[in-house]
Amino acid sequence: MNAPSTALRAGRDPYHMGHVPATGEPEYTGHGGGGPAPKRIVVGYGFWIFILSDVILFSAFFATYTVLIHARNGGPGPRELFDLHNTVQETACLLLSSFTCGMASLAVGRRNLLWTEITLALTGLLGVTFLMLEIHEFLGLVARGAGPTHSAFLTAFFSLVGCHGVHVSAGLLWLGTMMAQFPAKGFKETIRHRYLCFSLFWHALDIIWIGIFTVVYLIGFLTP
Amino acid sequence: MSSNPDDFELGSHVGEDHVAGQPPPDTAHPTLRTELRGYLIGLALAALLTAASFWALSEHVIYGPGIVMALIVFGLAQVGVHLVFFLHLTTSPDNTNNALALAFGVLIVSLIFFGSIWVMYHLNGNMIPASAFTQMRGG
Repeated sequence: MNAPSTALRAGRDPYHMGHVPATGEPEYTGHGGGGPAPKRIVVGYGFWIFILSDVILFSAFFATYTVLIHARNGGPGPRELFDLHNTVQETACLLLSSFTCGMASLAVGRRNLLWTEITLALTGLLGVTFLMLEIHEFLGLVARGAGPTHSAFLTAFFSLVGCHGVHVSAGLLWLGTMMAQFPAKGFKETIRHRYLCFSLFWHALDIIWIGIFTVVYLIGFLTP
Repeated sequence: MSSNPDDFELGSHVGEDHVAGQPPPDTAHPTLRTELRGYLIGLALAALLTAASFWALSEHVIYGPGIVMALIVFGLAQVGVHLVFFLHLTTSPDNTNNALALAFGVLIVSLIFFGSIWVMYHLNGNMIPASAFTQMRGG
């Protein structure tokens, strides 16, 4: 140990953990030993907990869909109902919007208003396209008589995919708010923290969609 | 950790990226080029895994009963890609709490998802078939 003096060492290492470098922060920073974390870390952590609770909500819908996939009340199943070309387009829209959201994060980190607005607008456009494709699919199913009231399987399908769609709509509302707040309020700390939460939310929605296109559409398509 | 509030790099970072157990280096601000490269790698990997999922289903290159397992593997891999390249979840000290929360979330999600399927499968298996039920009533 290269501690400069016993007195200093006793002051900086009250529990004798023995991790005190001669200069700089102790090694246990981030493990609860280095004092309060920066606000950005705390904000990100809090919102991360919310996202995980949201994922747990979705897991119940996923379980419901998987359990009820055969409960069709004599009606059509996934293979008759789903158009995978539509699913490919929806997936591409959401993946690209997740990427442009990352680009917006880079622009926000550099306080570049023009690029922030451009990349956020692209993100929003891709999100709206996704929602349009989904609404078009839902309306098509209802028009064919395969609405959510027809069977337990269809109720589970509309609940799960619809719940994700509602989340995307809420995300779009939030995105519009951010596009208005950056020019109006500037790149203030609070606004950037708000944007951090939005980007976490938007990326998380894409992760949920990975589960949906895998479990609902692809594995559903394989289920006789 | 010096945390000048006017001095942080946002990105979409859940936490800060640096080597575990060490303070961030002086050049803590990554350049646009390195950050952009991270997102591009993430996009390419995610697109590749998505294409692999749809390809595994449409082409009959994988042994039939194995397709479901392949789809699950591709899906989980893509979730990992998103967590690392888009959400910037790392093993750095600032991210320890995030990673622990994620681990707990994964535990709960697995319990709900696989637990429901397991219970409901056996519940269906132990039910008296409808035909036997009518026979019992009739006899």
